[in-house]
Amino acid sequence: MMSGAQRPTANAAKNAAAALFAFLAAAVLAGTAAAGATAEARFPKPQFESRYVMPRAGAPPARAAMLEYLDVAVLVASLGAAGWLVLRARRRGGVTLLTVFSVLYFGFWRKGCVCPVGAIQNAALALFDGGYRAPVVVGLFFLLPLGATLLFGRAFCAAVCPLGAAQDLVLFRPVKLPAWTAGLLGMLPSVYLGFGVYLAAMGADFVICRFDPFVGFFRMSATPSMLAFGGALLLAGVFVGRPYCRFLCPYGVLLGWMSRFAWRHARITPDDCVNCRLCEEACPFDSILAPTPEHHPESRRAGVRRLAILLAALPALVAGGAWLAASLHAPLSRLHPTVRTAERVLSEDRGAARGTTLYSDAFRQSGQPARELFASALALRARFRKGAWFLGGFIGAVFGARLVGLSVRRRRTEYVIDRASCVSCARCFEYCPRERERVKKTRNGG
Amino acid sequence: MNGKTDRLENRREFFRRLGRWIGLGALGLLGWPLLGRRRAAPADTVWQLDPEKCIQCGNCATKCVLALSAVKCVHAYDVCGYCNLCGGYHQPYVKRLDTAAENQLCPTSALVRTFIEEPYYQYDVIEERCIGCGVCVKGCGSFGNGSLHLQVRHDRCVNCNDCAIARQCPAQAFRRVPADRPYLMRGERWKAGSRKA
Repeated sequence: MMSGAQRPTANAAKNAAAALFAFLAAAVLAGTAAAGATAEARFPKPQFESRYVMPRAGAPPARAAMLEYLDVAVLVASLGAAGWLVLRARRRGGVTLLTVFSVLYFGFWRKGCVCPVGAIQNAALALFDGGYRAPVVVGLFFLLPLGATLLFGRAFCAAVCPLGAAQDLVLFRPVKLPAWTAGLLGMLPSVYLGFGVYLAAMGADFVICRFDPFVGFFRMSATPSMLAFGGALLLAGVFVGRPYCRFLCPYGVLLGWMSRFAWRHARITPDDCVNCRLCEEACPFDSILAPTPEHHPESRRAGVRRLAILLAALPALVAGGAWLAASLHAPLSRLHPTVRTAERVLSEDRGAARGTTLYSDAFRQSGQPARELFASALALRARFRKGAWFLGGFIGAVFGARLVGLSVRRRRTEYVIDRASCVSCARCFEYCPRERERVKKTRNGG
Repeated sequence: MNGKTDRLENRREFFRRLGRWIGLGALGLLGWPLLGRRRAAPADTVWQLDPEKCIQCGNCATKCVLALSAVKCVHAYDVCGYCNLCGGYHQPYVKRLDTAAENQLCPTSALVRTFIEEPYYQYDVIEERCIGCGVCVKGCGSFGNGSLHLQVRHDRCVNCNDCAIARQCPAQAFRRVPADRPYLMRGERWKAGSRKA
């Protein structure tokens, strides 16, 4: 809105400047208005008679590389600490302290950037665009939490991620969402991950960063819509545990995949489950799975048949998703600025659009032939089409896998943690009577 | 019953181990292009805008994630003509070449001038006031030597993953530059070769 108000002034300045220039040109130097591109030395360097010393423009340096690696070191240390606190020490208090530290360091001090959640896009761009190389620090921020999760579950989410930490600290009145709501919303992160990777790989946009809900708070500066989005999530987070982590965070999807296969994972009980049901309501994130009933209400035969049908439908879902996304590639490609500019220029040339935009003006000013722009836009659109097959197929596969997962019958004889969704916050420990006994013993012993 | 549970546990443990190796393999596959495959390790990069491409559209003032943009006007003193009538400082068609607010181009009076000697004036940017709108840059570039130009100031820039201004720059003037040479300034620094970055 500011640029709109300023452009007329700037144009007026240009006109006025041209007029003044014509008046002064004879006195100063022989230059033409066409030399505007290289505007230097229209006026000669002044010959000072006084002992004037010419100042130099300051150039504050960028953040030292050393400090960037310090961030990596802090990340490694906090990941280790989180793993130790959850697996060995089993201390919720320690986890909370680490959470506060992470909000302060990775959030307010480092201003929420670089974070592993956004680093997904750097990784995608580096993989699919040969011309781009992700900085080493960004690569490490992307990979280290994944590796740590493979070792000891999503301890990163519990206490290191500033986004998760911010939500964990406001969770005062946890309420349980209906299972179907949580299940349905739980599909969103995979879809978001697909779109985030797709758009980053196409070089169009880093949507995950753009819709980062809390980075505005960390920087203490954001657009009103960003603040409203973040504020709404925080407000919801008072009642619904970690809404961003569970229903949006794309990195959580990757971490969930890793966490399923974790080498060690947090357990509710320190030794044996006595099926006392005390932990049943402990988890604000619905990550505790109850034992399955001895006799399943559905007959085994019917279950197997349903599973077979769903498994057979899986390829159809993948193919359908791929086809649907590919048929939407044209509107999707408009998310790329080059395609947008090309379409605008084309419709202006054809007389379909009245007036010009900042972008079409800038393009015409650049002197690049329109044909080149159109060619690159068409090439981009073809790329979008190819990528959309994968995006649609992925989303189809996610839905299919979810349906299959609902129909797979897993036998459980005790209360266990759902490794994929558990963020290792350590809240459930104190609900376990065995844990209380253990704590009492260690206190008396030491 | 117990044997059945044990068998179940064993099977789950087997699949977990299998998954762990697959996960490790996937991380390796991702890590190679991300961290390896670098002959001369490229320095980390920061965002900067090329003043030779900049068209002073005004996006820098409004699109930065910071409420007060990280882009500011910078003055290359050695390019400046030190004129009394300055295209970057004065309103067009200005009648009196003085420092009255109504004669100034800058919306925030971030550009100030001091008399050096007849007929020269020194122009300075007060960065705290500058909003990076580029109005003075446009005036200076179309009338003067182009000594006023926009630059990302690295004491303010938070070096976003994806620069919000770069994404919306109509002239595509933004690019990543090595963090140890983070400016594309005009003037002597410019001539010293930092432009080649």
